[in-house]
Amino acid sequence: MALKMVKGSIDRMFDKNLQDLVRGIRNHKEDEAKYISQCIDEIKQELKQDNIAVKANAVCKLTYLQMLGYDISWAAFNIIEVMSASKFTFKRIGYLAASQCFHEGTDVIMLTTNQIRKDLSSPSQYDTGVALTGLSCFVTPDLARDLANDIMTLMSHTKPYIRKKAVLIMYKVFLKYPESLRPAFPRLKEKLEDPDPGVQSAAVNVICELARRNPKNYLSLAPLFFKLMTSSTNNWVLIKIIKLFGALTPLEPRLGKKLIEPLTNLIHSTSAMSLLYECVNTVIAVLISLSSGMPNHSASIQLCVQKLRILIEDSDQNLKYLGLLAMSKILRTHPKSVQAHKDLVLQCLDDKDESIRLRALDLLYGMVSKKNLVEIVKKLMSHVDKAEGTTYRDELLTKIIDICSQCNYQHITNFQWYISVLVELTRLEGTRHGHLIAAQMLDVAIRVKAIRKFAVSQMSALLDRAHLVASSTQRNGICEVLYAAAWICGEFSEHLQEPQQTLEAMLRPKVTTLPGHIQAVYVQNVVKLYAAILQQREQAAEPEAAQDVTQLMVERLPQFVQSADLEVQERASCVLQLVKHIQKLQAKDVPVAEEVSALFAGELNPVAPKAQKKVPVPEGLDLDAWINEPPSDSESEDEKPKAIFHEEEQRHVKQRQPEADEEELARRREARKQEQANNPFYIKSSPSPQKRYQDLPGVEHIPVVQIDLSVPLKVPGMPVSDQYVKLEEERRHRQRLEKDRKKKKKKDKEKKGKPRRHGSLHTESDEDIAPAQQVDIVTEEMPENALPSDEDDKDPNDPYRALDIDLDRPLADSEKLPIQKHRNADTCKSPEKEDVPVTEKKIKKLKKKEKKHKEKEREKKKGKEEEKVGEDLDFWLSTTPLPAVPPAPVRAPHGPPQEEPGANAVIAATQEEGEEARREEPGDKDDNDERDPEKKPSKHKKKKHKKEKEERSKDKKKPKKKKPASDGAAEPVENGALDEDPLPPMSSYCLLAENAYVKMTYDIQGSLQKDSQVTVSVVLENQSSSFLKNMELSVLDSLNTKLARPEGSSVHDGVPVPFQLPPGVSNEAQFVFTVRSIVTAQKLKGTLSFIAKNDEGSTHEKLDFQLHFSCTSYLVTTPCYSDAFAKLLESGDLSMSSVKVDGISMSFQNLLAKICFHHHFSVVERVDSCASMYSRSIQGHHVCLLVKKGEKSVSVDGKCSDAALLGSLLEEMKATLAQC
Amino acid sequence: MIKAILIFNNHGKPRLSKFYQPYSEDTQQQIIRETFHLVSKRDENVCNFLEGGLLIGGSDNKLIYRHYATLYFVFCVDSSESELGILDLIQVFVETLDKCFENVCELDLIFHVDKAGLAGAPARAVSAVKNMNLPEIPRNINIGDISIKVPNLPSFK
Repeated sequence: MALKMVKGSIDRMFDKNLQDLVRGIRNHKEDEAKYISQCIDEIKQELKQDNIAVKANAVCKLTYLQMLGYDISWAAFNIIEVMSASKFTFKRIGYLAASQCFHEGTDVIMLTTNQIRKDLSSPSQYDTGVALTGLSCFVTPDLARDLANDIMTLMSHTKPYIRKKAVLIMYKVFLKYPESLRPAFPRLKEKLEDPDPGVQSAAVNVICELARRNPKNYLSLAPLFFKLMTSSTNNWVLIKIIKLFGALTPLEPRLGKKLIEPLTNLIHSTSAMSLLYECVNTVIAVLISLSSGMPNHSASIQLCVQKLRILIEDSDQNLKYLGLLAMSKILRTHPKSVQAHKDLVLQCLDDKDESIRLRALDLLYGMVSKKNLVEIVKKLMSHVDKAEGTTYRDELLTKIIDICSQCNYQHITNFQWYISVLVELTRLEGTRHGHLIAAQMLDVAIRVKAIRKFAVSQMSALLDRAHLVASSTQRNGICEVLYAAAWICGEFSEHLQEPQQTLEAMLRPKVTTLPGHIQAVYVQNVVKLYAAILQQREQAAEPEAAQDVTQLMVERLPQFVQSADLEVQERASCVLQLVKHIQKLQAKDVPVAEEVSALFAGELNPVAPKAQKKVPVPEGLDLDAWINEPPSDSESEDEKPKAIFHEEEQRHVKQRQPEADEEELARRREARKQEQANNPFYIKSSPSPQKRYQDLPGVEHIPVVQIDLSVPLKVPGMPVSDQYVKLEEERRHRQRLEKDRKKKKKKDKEKKGKPRRHGSLHTESDEDIAPAQQVDIVTEEMPENALPSDEDDKDPNDPYRALDIDLDRPLADSEKLPIQKHRNADTCKSPEKEDVPVTEKKIKKLKKKEKKHKEKEREKKKGKEEEKVGEDLDFWLSTTPLPAVPPAPVRAPHGPPQEEPGANAVIAATQEEGEEARREEPGDKDDNDERDPEKKPSKHKKKKHKKEKEERSKDKKKPKKKKPASDGAAEPVENGALDEDPLPPMSSYCLLAENAYVKMTYDIQGSLQKDSQVTVSVVLENQSSSFLKNMELSVLDSLNTKLARPEGSSVHDGVPVPFQLPPGVSNEAQFVFTVRSIVTAQKLKGTLSFIAKNDEGSTHEKLDFQLHFSCTSYLVTTPCYSDAFAKLLESGDLSMSSVKVDGISMSFQNLLAKICFHHHFSVVERVDSCASMYSRSIQGHHVCLLVKKGEKSVSVDGKCSDAALLGSLLEEMKATLAQC
Repeated sequence: MIKAILIFNNHGKPRLSKFYQPYSEDTQQQIIRETFHLVSKRDENVCNFLEGGLLIGGSDNKLIYRHYATLYFVFCVDSSESELGILDLIQVFVETLDKCFENVCELDLIFHVDKAGLAGAPARAVSAVKNMNLPEIPRNINIGDISIKVPNLPSFK
């Protein structure tokens, strides 16, 4: 045996070490893979040796190979062997390898628990350190749970080296095992004031990282951090704290106010650029959060902008980049102050660094106004010409389009200019964004009616030059614009000057080289053009000319019929047949133009992309319900599908039929129009279809300001946007002069009026520039009462979500970390070790179940606790902004209860108390689960376990039964029907706020699809004679109820109302709120801000309101089966309560209708003057009612899964009934 | 939080890589390759930040790099890190390596991967949980056959 070992080690002397391996790889450059596979074979041999040094060497080599991309997971067990070596050099290699290749899926990782625990409690700080370092990389939920307590103990280690690492690794532990956060938090907080700066900064880091994800839970730490910020000199720590404040301020504007001063001081005093930059960033965040409440922080903004300017002007590219980055943040709220630095931004566009150019482009996006758009785009266009490399040029192109089209073309005053810019862009070579340009052309032409004539002339010119655009294959991307050009020319052919010429251009043989989808559009629009020409010719009584056109069509169309593209071929052959038919009719001198153009009658209106999805499901329609009862037995199953299939076939046949003549087509079209007009669910143009059609020929009515004077509308050849720039300038100049003249007159009359404007000859504000065209942008259509957008904003798998834990609530006994004291002993024997995993697993199971229970409890308690925290913070925030505020007021109230368990955990390190704690723990479980008190880890227990499980599963099933019951309720039941009731007129909309300008009414609806979300529909009615625009709704979120804002916006951003209100018009906007607890009613304060514009100018207005979220609004009308209802009542886990209201004269029928309508209930069953009703909350609480009518009184008995909710509901119901 | 630290040479050969999120070996190599392509295209005198965040995690992430002689030092971080802070951290890291190996060059990293790993360990352990308190690196590690002197760090500018 010994001999063998000696022999082995002699052999091993010739093993490669890491250096040899590296050298070898470098010497085998040609056949590296082969050499490495040979080395891996050797390593496998080495790993079979008993000698730990040999193994360590092998593992060391493997680690290197892993870095080169070789899978070494097969050696996981050997790595563990090396990790458990007693010598530090080997241990270190083992941990390094483990940290590189272990992850949650590594199955052997559970074997390491005891080894790691041993290392953690090793007397050598380096053993502990290396274990902590390694663990941070591969900690799993199991490891986190089992080791949390050990690591927590290390947080109080004597050596700062260990303390620091322990603090840091706690973050990973929290992520994997969120239950540990609450018990560990008090100690983590202590570490914020650790004497060692390293430990302190580690704690700051961990808390900052936690707070970044769930800032509201850490608001109470603000005073402590504030103290640290004003006292610390460590820049690393300061940066972190300042970043953290940046995350906290949106939640608490008062905090921002307090911060401004010290931050400004730091900005002035610090020499470290990184710190300066972070300060500026946080000041910006503060200003954003304050922007709604306090307008006067212009000094701070100026300071920020000024400092950023210094950064941007710096020669260091990094600073320049960051400066631009921060600038874009200011831009969002204070565009004016950034716009002053336009020169700088434009200068950055010339920078050689692409990252910087892109940042500058981003900034430009927000800097444009009506005034400077033309100038900026001109500059960008010149860059487009200069830019080398298609990526950057494409980026420029998309930015130009973004900038111009933002906010519904808000900044464009002259669409002729825009169209010519777009046309100019088509000259770009090799761009990939032809489709973008095309989309813009289509969008503008469709939505801006006044521009159609111009657009058509430009597009026909473009079609004429199609050979230029689509000549080389390289330019494939750009030929997409021909798609738009062809469509616009066809659809708006009435505006064409020379339709014949365009028609010919579209029928050129060259066209067949275009991509299929473009050809298809060509074919379709050729017919439209053809129809227009026919009409023209017939009106002019030139039948021969009309026949010529037909002849042209018949001659040229076959080239499309031969197309390889199916779509083109099909359309072309259809059209060809049609034209041939027309030719026959024409030969008989039958006027056809009328009928042909009827093919394309009617106007297409833009429809919002999400319109279809947002069509609300009409009341009474249950999409999940069976239309026919599902077949009861298997026999009928065979028959039914057949019937369905047969029907479907019939339908197919029908669809193919329409090859009839135009007359028939026209007749059908008429019929369909009629049908659509009568169909409430067909998406019609917003006011009424008839009105729109009347408008159609009235393009002339739209005042196109005297442009005709100088603009040649028919531009031959290339349009040049510059031309329009000049014209636009002239126009503005004229306008300005005119205005001044008017003003002078006015001033002469009333000399006091508006002194501000005096002498503002050349400083016209944005609003003063009137658009050239009285552009009426047809807004995209949306169905009425569109549902709120259904984008999910939260990822359910987000690991940080689990850490959203209230930290201020006192610790419950059941929340202590699992302490497994006996396994800490070094003397423990191997058989015992093997036992351990079994018990561990059991505990794990228990834990999981407990978890759910706890969470519920937590939710309940939260409400109360939040108030407390709020009060403390209030106190701190309301005190005068002294730099060092004693943190005492915050900590005092929950200090004692928090420290107690924390201290417990420390003491638990000593044996006896540890045991005590253990005894306590199972005790808790017993309380929670009502389980047998026996807890010896034995085989016997396993059986017991099963039994218990069964028992428990029975218990558990009960609540679960509810679910299928309500699912079943989705089946058609007559009981849910309310429609038959002759309802008195009711409206659930109630007044929100009102002033001279606007009246707001609102209604709140929950949705079952998204639990914890409600939709607030606000109807805004313009009561003034002003035009209301830029409406924005901002709401002060409470901890419980939050407004869902578009991604990327902060808590204090308002949500823009997606429409503008002309005088006397009302419209409805919807806002989604997320609610956490629904058991009590809540109120939220908010403000509607808007710009009211009338002839005399525009003013900023505000309207404050208070949203009242009643508990009723969290209920969603859910139909319920009577037997499911009965089961629900039997289940016995609903709490009960009742109210009685006297003096009611209303009929029972109407009374029920009223409850159904106002409180979102559905009638389950009704017998005489007694009815059972059901509803469900958005969080799944069941609410059952029994309503009985006596003489002049009504009693309501309610049962609900949540007593508090029921209480609030009945109160609200009582109020409703009292009005009857 | 630092998501990954990558060191590779001018040809994209990985010299030291550390990922703080588990990725398969293939993905790791893929990330290194793509990062190299992004970084190597850039001129010397452009800024050191890159929004190549799609490689690891979401758009929240940034690549922050420095180029020393034949080596690229790339840190992938999320928005909780200060960009300039990380640049300084890279500087400190390189200076640490320099002191450890006395004029560090690429070959040192190649032949002493294990030691480089250890020298980086403080930075890495720290970054593992996103800390940057380098001033607290133990001044002298001297255990068994490894002896690494950690230099006095330059004061943070």
